Amino acid sequence: MLRSIGLTAAVTVSAIAIAVPLGWLTVRTDLPGRRTWTVAAALPLVIPSYIGAYAFLSAVGPEGLLAGMLSPLGIERLPSITGFPGAWLTLTLFTYPFVLLPVRATLRRSDPLLEEAALAMGRGEREVFRSIVLPQLVPAIGAGSLLVALYVLSDFGAVSIMRFDSFTTSIYTLYQASFDRTSAAALAALLVGLMGVLLWLEARTRRSEALYRSAPGAARRPRTVALGRWRAAALGFCGAVAFLALLLPVTVLVYWSTRSFAGEVDWSEVASAAANSLLASGLAALVAALCAIPVAVLVVRFRGSFSTSVERLSYTGHALPGIVVALALVFFGTRVAIGLYQTLAMLIFAFVVLFLPLAVGVTRASLLQVSPRVEEAARSLGRSPFEVLRTITGPLIASGVLAGGALVFLTAIKELPATLILAPIGFETLATEIWGATNVGFFERGAIPSLVLLAVSAGPLYLLSARE
Amino acid sequence: MSSIELREVGKSFGELRAVDGLSLEAPAGAIVALLGPSGCGKTTTLRLIAGFERPDTGTISVGGRLLAGPDGFVAPERRRVGVVFQDYALFPHLDVAGNVAYALGRDPDPNRVRDVLELVGLDPVGGRAVHELSGGQQQRVALARALAPTPELILLDEPFSNLDAGLRERLREEVVAIIRAAGVTALFVTHDQAEALSIAETVAVMRAGRIEQVGTPEEIYSRPASPWVAGFLGDIEVVPGEAASGRVVCELGSMPAEQGVEGPVDVMIRPESVAVGLSGPQNAADAEVVGRRFYGHDQLIHLRLPSGHVVRSRRLGFPSWHEGDRVRAWIDGPTDVLPRA
Repeated sequence: MLRSIGLTAAVTVSAIAIAVPLGWLTVRTDLPGRRTWTVAAALPLVIPSYIGAYAFLSAVGPEGLLAGMLSPLGIERLPSITGFPGAWLTLTLFTYPFVLLPVRATLRRSDPLLEEAALAMGRGEREVFRSIVLPQLVPAIGAGSLLVALYVLSDFGAVSIMRFDSFTTSIYTLYQASFDRTSAAALAALLVGLMGVLLWLEARTRRSEALYRSAPGAARRPRTVALGRWRAAALGFCGAVAFLALLLPVTVLVYWSTRSFAGEVDWSEVASAAANSLLASGLAALVAALCAIPVAVLVVRFRGSFSTSVERLSYTGHALPGIVVALALVFFGTRVAIGLYQTLAMLIFAFVVLFLPLAVGVTRASLLQVSPRVEEAARSLGRSPFEVLRTITGPLIASGVLAGGALVFLTAIKELPATLILAPIGFETLATEIWGATNVGFFERGAIPSLVLLAVSAGPLYLLSARE
Repeated sequence: MSSIELREVGKSFGELRAVDGLSLEAPAGAIVALLGPSGCGKTTTLRLIAGFERPDTGTISVGGRLLAGPDGFVAPERRRVGVVFQDYALFPHLDVAGNVAYALGRDPDPNRVRDVLELVGLDPVGGRAVHELSGGQQQRVALARALAPTPELILLDEPFSNLDAGLRERLREEVVAIIRAAGVTALFVTHDQAEALSIAETVAVMRAGRIEQVGTPEEIYSRPASPWVAGFLGDIEVVPGEAASGRVVCELGSMPAEQGVEGPVDVMIRPESVAVGLSGPQNAADAEVVGRRFYGHDQLIHLRLPSGHVVRSRRLGFPSWHEGDRVRAWIDGPTDVLPRA
């Protein structure tokens, strides 16, 4: 438990250390190629942590790429990156966008007048950043770093690949090792408690966020700071982050996959894993998108204590780590719904429980843009409520529902622990293939599924980004 | 036969009594304005008639059909009541013709769509997207859509408030003409006195969930039922007077009193009924000009009467009066006499 908390703290701090300078550089300075850096800096978010971990391990781990390159030079042993350093590095590199995005948003909408006032009082740029800009960023950093902390606590893939014993891997080992699953359940309950504390903290920072918002009508563009002689250093920093978080993993994957072409690729296995991934995530996306519509309608159109609790209930899933939900469903499946245990239906149910909030959030946002007056107009023109939903509300929120489904698909296809625990026997997905390959040290075997997974994610990702 | 009939309608939202025992009746084919300050419950009344809200008490009938009461509630889609919303509420995913056709059910008659678009003065093809239209054109689409299924009654919620001043004036005339041509009963909600007085045949003045007064625009304006109605409809001066043996005497002159009115009264005079001159009729009062506002085509002159009471007089822009001028002031126009409360 202490190890998990230590890792969480370390990753959170280093994610902030990367994200805040990066956010400031891409929003508020004359950094060359700001737009490109912006996109590149956010992209690591879509790489599942276990693919990142796998790429690092296969690059610089024992028997990895680097070791292979160095052995002719007589260097036999590399410092090991498994354990804490590896978990720390990979989780930092693939979670810092959680902090970067809110920091950027705050920097973009903050009122330049405040900074200009400070400059006019004779403060230097550095002093202005410390005394004016940074305090405004506190809520954004707080919200973002709590997301990072939640992610790290519930992460299973990266830590298990890096052989770092954390909460989630202990739960998994306990679950695998014994028939008595109560100890796994006890540990899971502890994890949920810890996440509850974090969520409570997050809710508190959200409440204070309003204090820091600039006055409405402050529509001026934020100030740009000239970097001058720091330009090269800034470029080097951005480049290093992009190299480690984006370029390196992708290159390594491509390298291993070309290597595996030389050997034997079991294409049928890859194809069946891809098909299973598509099937499970696609069905989950479909079910979640459809379930999101009534929840969103209830929440937006009928405000009341009942609808608020339905909304809350659908959000609890989001706060629960995949492994906890999976474990709960194992208990449910082995005790209550015995026919459902280890069926595809159970897996999809778990996905929907975990990711429904994502779909509800997007659907709710698009429904909020539909004026209730428009629905009332349709009612007064002789259409029943259901007819109105079909002909007016439905078409108007369709793109939101679609985006919600795409988001669920993206998230479900990456989900590892729930898939490992709940998938029917013999039901291999891309995620389990990658995990299995790295677990036994066959780096070649994991590369192609990883690339396929990234490629399959590109479609929904494009769909999502095209909306903005 | 009356087309709209509200009896003792009440509606509360939590503690707030939005509509508080409201009764209103209007004949078929009438154009009725529901006039009141914001928050007086006029939009709630409209939503109750349309069926978007359920009344707590009372009954609502349209065209002799009971739509809401203690024993039943007709859903909005079965009411045959058209609604034009303040923000028009056009369907953004349908074009102009699509919006109108939607009102005609599953199998719309394209001829009817064309006819209605023509009636409101829009291109009968109707192929444009609604967001490409100007505010005035969107207003017309909303009106066409509401009129297409030939409703019993059409409700308009602040229909002109989103338009700029010049367009508003013109569109008012046109909308009234379209409603007359369609022969439909219309109830529109507004907080704009000039709008209510200029287009409605019947004006119902609403305050705090109740109807204060119903009448023709002329009656409401010149014979307001209470000082509040008088003040809400425009500037008003209240001058104390005394009624005795059939005549009312006040500082600005005298006038015949209604039967049975005796003792202290309030004489309510609109500023345009206060005349100013260097000389005046015999019973005119001496007055001193203590202030003046010039508005172009008219001016507002503040006059201090011998009692110290200050009244305003609205006159044409010329001749111009100046502070300190000694003048005569008298009543020249309708007044309303109410017993002093």
